[in-house]
Amino acid sequence: MDPTDSSLRLIPLFPLLAALVSGMWLLFVRRELPRGVVAALACSAPIASFAVAVAAVIRMAGEFGPGERYLVDNVYTWISAHPFHAELAFLLDPLSAVMVLVVTGVGSLIHIYSIGYMNDDHREDRGFQRFFIYLNMFMFAMLMLVLGDNMLVMFVGWEGVGVCSYLLIGFWYLEDHNAMCGQKAFVVNRIGDLGFLLGVFILFWAFFDAGPSYATIEFREMAVNIGQIADRTVELPGVLSFLPGFPTWGLLTLAGLCLFVGACGKSAQIPLYVWLPDAMAGPTPVSALIHAATMVTAGVYMVSRMSFAYAYAPGALATIAWVGAITALFAGLIGICQNDIKKVLAYSTVSQLGYMFLAVGVGSYSAAIFHLMTHAWFKALLFMGAGSVILGMHHIQDIRQMGGISRYMRVTHFTFLAGVIAICGIPPTSGFFSKDEILLGTYLAHDVPGHYALYGIGLFSAGITAFYMARLYFLVFRGENRSSIEVQRHIEEQPGWVTAPLVILAGLALVGGLFTPPDLYGELFGWEASNRLHHFLEPLIPMAEHEVAHSTEVLLALAAVAVGLSGVFLAWVFYFARRDLPDRIATGAQGLYQLVHEKFYVDEIYTALIVRPLLWISDRVFYRLIDRVLIDGLGVNGFAASVRGLAEHGLKFAQTGSAQSYVFGMVVGCVLLVAYLVSGLGV
Amino acid sequence: MESIGSIADGYLLSTLIFLPLASCVVLWFLELLLRVFANGAGISEAFWKLYGVAVSLAGFLVSLEVWNRFDPASGQLQLVERVPWLANLGIHYYVGIDGISLLLVVLTTFLLPVILLASWSDIGVRVRQYVFFMLALQTGMLGAFLSLNLFLFYVFWEAMLVPMYFVIGIWGGARRIYATIKFFIYTMVGSLLMLIGILTLVYMHFQEFGVLTFDYIGFGGATGILDVPIAAWPEQDPWWSQRQVWLFLAFAFAFAIKVPMFPFHTWLPDAHVEAPTPGSAVLAGVLLKLGTYGFIRYAIPLFPEAAQACAPLMLTLAVVGIVYGALVALVQSDVKKLVAYSSVSHLGFVMLGLFAFNLQGIEGSVLQMVNHGISTGALFILIGMIYERRHVREISAFGGLAQVMPIYAVFFLIATMSSIGLPILNGFVGEFLILLGAFGTYPIFAAVATSGVLLGAVYMLWMVRRVFFGPVVHQANQRLVDLSLRERLVAVSLVIPMVWIGVYPASFLTPMDASVNALLARLRDRGAVLSDEVALDANPRGGQEIDLAGESEPLEKEPDA
Repeated sequence: MDPTDSSLRLIPLFPLLAALVSGMWLLFVRRELPRGVVAALACSAPIASFAVAVAAVIRMAGEFGPGERYLVDNVYTWISAHPFHAELAFLLDPLSAVMVLVVTGVGSLIHIYSIGYMNDDHREDRGFQRFFIYLNMFMFAMLMLVLGDNMLVMFVGWEGVGVCSYLLIGFWYLEDHNAMCGQKAFVVNRIGDLGFLLGVFILFWAFFDAGPSYATIEFREMAVNIGQIADRTVELPGVLSFLPGFPTWGLLTLAGLCLFVGACGKSAQIPLYVWLPDAMAGPTPVSALIHAATMVTAGVYMVSRMSFAYAYAPGALATIAWVGAITALFAGLIGICQNDIKKVLAYSTVSQLGYMFLAVGVGSYSAAIFHLMTHAWFKALLFMGAGSVILGMHHIQDIRQMGGISRYMRVTHFTFLAGVIAICGIPPTSGFFSKDEILLGTYLAHDVPGHYALYGIGLFSAGITAFYMARLYFLVFRGENRSSIEVQRHIEEQPGWVTAPLVILAGLALVGGLFTPPDLYGELFGWEASNRLHHFLEPLIPMAEHEVAHSTEVLLALAAVAVGLSGVFLAWVFYFARRDLPDRIATGAQGLYQLVHEKFYVDEIYTALIVRPLLWISDRVFYRLIDRVLIDGLGVNGFAASVRGLAEHGLKFAQTGSAQSYVFGMVVGCVLLVAYLVSGLGV
Repeated sequence: MESIGSIADGYLLSTLIFLPLASCVVLWFLELLLRVFANGAGISEAFWKLYGVAVSLAGFLVSLEVWNRFDPASGQLQLVERVPWLANLGIHYYVGIDGISLLLVVLTTFLLPVILLASWSDIGVRVRQYVFFMLALQTGMLGAFLSLNLFLFYVFWEAMLVPMYFVIGIWGGARRIYATIKFFIYTMVGSLLMLIGILTLVYMHFQEFGVLTFDYIGFGGATGILDVPIAAWPEQDPWWSQRQVWLFLAFAFAFAIKVPMFPFHTWLPDAHVEAPTPGSAVLAGVLLKLGTYGFIRYAIPLFPEAAQACAPLMLTLAVVGIVYGALVALVQSDVKKLVAYSSVSHLGFVMLGLFAFNLQGIEGSVLQMVNHGISTGALFILIGMIYERRHVREISAFGGLAQVMPIYAVFFLIATMSSIGLPILNGFVGEFLILLGAFGTYPIFAAVATSGVLLGAVYMLWMVRRVFFGPVVHQANQRLVDLSLRERLVAVSLVIPMVWIGVYPASFLTPMDASVNALLARLRDRGAVLSDEVALDANPRGGQEIDLAGESEPLEKEPDA
């Protein structure tokens, strides 16, 4: 059957059109449209995309058998310089299907939520419409990223989401801090983008060397031809002699690591995670959409998309697993000591993304995508719940001033609680299933060095996650409100625009996992639908098949639940039952607490080691010394001065100072020279 | 062939070149007549401005007609005109166009009307001279792009300095005299070396073949410079004793100053800072491209072996320029100076692509010349708009402009994004192809150069943040008026090609395909004589067919089992 389906282009086109129409209006009519019109236009775009996506996915899953499920849409040849060519083309296969549904589905809900959230915002002129333009632009970029049929279209989205994120983080640009956070996000993302580009270059030329007809950056063709370059190696330059395995590396290992640098930037992994917590400067719907549910998962998606290459790069995969695990732990630890409600969630996101990379690294791609999906639900929910609380508290974000919100905001409270339960991994919520699969995959990944250690880190991080999320819950929703009377008087539940999306996502977070529970539960409880997602994705991404006894599996699940519950219990003790304990510990272990609270001083270290020296050397050495003094002063002007000196003593008559006479002299000289040559030649 | 229509055909390029200057001379003459016979009442300045815009716009239309008649399938020089000038010296008025010059010609004719429109209220004194110099400049630049005779090229090359000299010197800032003399003398020193190179080349050609010609390519069966193995490459000699290398360096010196490549760049920040807005825009938009164009039209094809032997040197300078220019741009406090140093960085990319010697790299370079012209031209024009309002260029004098001038902020941000190579805008396509091509031949150089992409984002966004975001701290900025209709027209006309090239670059890549392939074919033919130790060994992908010869891979795809 013909896999061409030109409806795919509509999916990114709708948000683009909405952004263009709205943007052109602002730019040329110079008046804001009525808010109702803006909202209707902006929200209908992702909803329309969602509808088209659902139809396309149904067609793909229905008309094609497993293993040949894909739809493509070739629009035109974008860049071509033989043999390089990149089509503007879209690909819908099981992997991008999951992503596109998450992006448009959760995205639509967040658009609707934003109507309520941004309606409250009167900080600036043209804020409402501008916000939705950016949001639609973001949807466009994200859908390009997800649906791209080749690495370059993916890169369009890859950079595009970075720009939209930049604009949205710095949305309230009148505060310099916000603009700075946006800029930081863009720059750190760009470091990753360079890695991505280098990965593209390496792969393209490797395929070219294997034979010009293989030279392509199209995912499906690359997957078919990957065997041609699987055993290629590269000689590393001498400066890299400190690396393990020097001097020859597998080419795919190198390419895989370059691409992973890109993933680190986009998905906020060590050492490039530093932009994500600062990204919380943006409006809360942005944090929910971009910095929890969609953009930050792009790295996980990209690595899964490139799984055919990573299959030949075990070194790269092991690196990914370790970076992911360490990030999960590190960010979780920082999350414990944060007092800004959004910052806690931000570090939690970094930590959960680390989990996904751990899964990818140990070869459990479907577990990673599963967790990506469930995380999109519960983390978007948590962020939007936090946003609702922030609105209720009149833009107070410090959890030390909150407390007892459950009495004021019932819907927000219950939905937030659902999110907390899900992220803590309490069965049978979605988070339980997805996290359990990751831990199981790690435990069984015998070919990854140190997989038991990875499992231990993963399990411990799960406990930490449960601890800080329960801490957040108790501090915000339980106990007595600690803000001023004035604030307390005005806390009330938010309108339906805000709460309706919360309810939907809460439902998904609680029971969405039952849609595709692991085989174990399928067999235990006789569910038909077991491991549906896994089977859906299986033809596309290689699955690590491990034989495992049910008893082991049950034990591992119980261990995970036990760790999660103990985390919750500890948080209950510390932040509900014995409220004085945290302070006593903080004063007891002053240094340690300070270190964690100040995020291990990573930002400060980067500033001191990279930013400052770079600026110093650029200014003092390159600009002032080399450029001004050496090149311009000694070189150019020095040369000119010496010529002038010579002229003043010898050739003064020519020194008229008027350029016309110089030109005249030059032309005369030319003619004379030519005449001399010609006369010498005897023509 | 000899129909009435083909007469216009025959002089299309000359029309294009001389239309601006000739129209101006006509109006001068009219003005003179009026002054003499109508009691001294001349033509109003407003009419001169309008006339300037109209003439340059007409030039743009003519260039579109050139594009229309241009046959993209052929890599040959087209629409050729050749008229004896000093024929017994081998000097002809000889012009023609190929896919590479076509793009640069259209860039020139596109930018000029936009710049003239943008400077409508900026230039307040001596408007007549201003219009005259700008149009004369256009003639000079187009002539240099279209010349096919080395002597003619040299004349245009030098001639276009003069109007630029006056534009900076008359309408410039406080240190304009220093800046303009520096610009003039610096360029001239380089040109003189090139002149010596040209004369030596012609002399050598004469010695070998007994034909005296400055023609770029043989005409009508006669041999020309490009057709003969001039300055052959005796393989036993080391590279530094090859005559070709010294000739190449003589040309390269002139062009490197113009580009400008590190370390010959220091005239550029001075010239940009002191030049009036239209001067900066023309300088960055078109004039610098004559340097890179010189490499691709003369230095590389005339001396293919030398170019390949010197590639490591040129690439090193290019990559140093990319990183160095970006780092220095980072610490500038003057907006114009910042953009000037960013030009050093961006043109480093162009050079990197040229010396990658493959289709991706060279096409990327040519496209990037156009991109840089549009993006940096746009940045200078936009900076001019705010300079007109505030008469300062210090970054610290601004802040929070996004609130008082939101429309301006949007256009500036788009120009910024185009400059830092955001996909679906023009800069990305060029930069990507350059880096892709360079990575194919010189992975390490390309890998280092990618850092320029990162640094570009750093200095541009940092500047944008300090100018547009944050609170409005200066009183003077509170009352700024947003863009007028004319200014918005200018901005929109600059954004259109940015988006067009970014979204559908095929319109611009296809016309140059054949020409770039012809250049590559020449490089391959001539590069083959190079010994292993020089360049070709490090250049395994100089062209697609080279590898094909070495490998026995069948062209049809083998499905992986």
